[in-house]
Amino acid sequence: MERTRTPVVSGWFTGAEAGDGFRLLGTRCSACASVFFPREDAYCRNPHCPGGGELAEVPLSPRGRVWSYTDGRYRPPAPYVSDPDAPWEPYTLVAVELEAERMVVLGQAAPGVTPAGLAVGMEVEVVAGVLDEGAGTVTTTWWFRPVEGTR
Amino acid sequence: MSGDVAVLGVGMHPWGKWGRSFVEYGRAAARAALADAGLEWTDVQSVVGADTVRGGYPGYVAGATFARALGWQGARVTSVYAACASGAQAIGAARAQILAGLADVVLVVGADAAPKGFFAPAGGERPDDPDWLRFRILGATNPAYFGLYARRRMALHGDTAEDFALVKVKNSAAGAHNPYARYRKAVSAGEVAASAVVADPLRLLDICATSDGGAALVLCGMDFARARGVADPVRIRAVSTVTPTYPRTVLDLPDIATDSAVAVEPAAGSFRASIARAAYEEAGLGPEDLSLAEVYDLSTALELEWYEDIGLCGEGEGAKLLREGATALGGRVPVNASGGLASFGEAVPAQAIAQVCELTWQLRGTAGARQVPGARAGITANQGLFGHGSAVVAVR
Repeated sequence: MERTRTPVVSGWFTGAEAGDGFRLLGTRCSACASVFFPREDAYCRNPHCPGGGELAEVPLSPRGRVWSYTDGRYRPPAPYVSDPDAPWEPYTLVAVELEAERMVVLGQAAPGVTPAGLAVGMEVEVVAGVLDEGAGTVTTTWWFRPVEGTR
Repeated sequence: MSGDVAVLGVGMHPWGKWGRSFVEYGRAAARAALADAGLEWTDVQSVVGADTVRGGYPGYVAGATFARALGWQGARVTSVYAACASGAQAIGAARAQILAGLADVVLVVGADAAPKGFFAPAGGERPDDPDWLRFRILGATNPAYFGLYARRRMALHGDTAEDFALVKVKNSAAGAHNPYARYRKAVSAGEVAASAVVADPLRLLDICATSDGGAALVLCGMDFARARGVADPVRIRAVSTVTPTYPRTVLDLPDIATDSAVAVEPAAGSFRASIARAAYEEAGLGPEDLSLAEVYDLSTALELEWYEDIGLCGEGEGAKLLREGATALGGRVPVNASGGLASFGEAVPAQAIAQVCELTWQLRGTAGARQVPGARAGITANQGLFGHGSAVVAVR
């Protein structure tokens, strides 16, 4: 039976299944050009914004450079979903600097990427990922992984 | 100085895992502060509580909860929440009341009974809460953020895991002399290195524990202190409670992204540096005037960042300052002479108040074996979730 794929938060990334074209989605203020991720749909947060602008959805850069990274060697508390009976598998977190947006975005690294395989300044790309899987559902998210050839 | 308020009394409940209610810790700390001030509870005109969110409603209305535990006596009451900066905001509220002439003597109380392990967000399905989201989507605990900052320091400034461990060695040595600290045993660099990695590159002994504890202050106007025969009290000269300025470019708890700097050029210096700068400007003194500092060493690596942010050294020079011994007891400007959070652990609403307790004992010259000789001025610094900055300057 096909399982339902549900994004962990709706509207934060494209609906594309694993494959080309996966992008994080933010918003941009038409009055001052400020970019927001997670998306800000209610108001522009730039105190110098002249006002009156619209917040339009915008895809973020697909690639960036590692700002920093770490991992989680112990099981985090709920609402993080994990099977308490299964042995804990550490995951890696990567903070990525997006040049065009001049911002840093945090995400989990793709499985198999460990701190030993990362370095500050390394180029990474965003890809479709899976956060957790239930009986009939798959919760999707974004992952960062090193761009091939830069490792 | 017209902006000064006097610290008439200080008190603490020892930090630890006592398994009792936060109300009991706060009441004990308040009683100790009142005794230290030589006042009766009924002399207090205003009580300000730093909120304990895990305590449910009694914690959300901490000012009234502590007032009830001490016995209703009709005082003005205030409750404040600013995450880790709650204690400093409570001090700020008390000071403002005194300076505005609304009260001559104010009791400030903070206390917590923290759960074991990682701090978790409030329950329920709440995708509009950044604190809930960072756990749900990323499993990003507080130590994960501390790990990111630590790794960044290693890449930018060449800090090493050995440098980080040295912070724990230093703070545990100081904490061994503090009867209120939870951990009173000196820790070796080898013990830090032998502890388990929690969030690369940080190990268990690089990260502060969660604790129970309570702290309280009795603050009053300078005239009130003189009338009580206290001619030369420890004085609070500045309380900084600033927010960041847009765009905030350093990834920070609990956010999963920074602001974009596309539209506005970032201000010079970090948010943390602006916290201390605001305090120095208000106090009319600078880092060169400090005898000591108490900073939030939530992780060992973070303490090094604070050295730079409060102006003890230039950017990237924190580890060098540490290695020279300048920030240890006996050094030029001891940092976390109390033992810091490394020795106390986190008792969120209490710890910013506890920092001021330590400054008070040091400036009075009653800090015993951890006394900084001739201490005349000190700063506390911390940062609360969601963009709360706080620092307190005290002088003698």
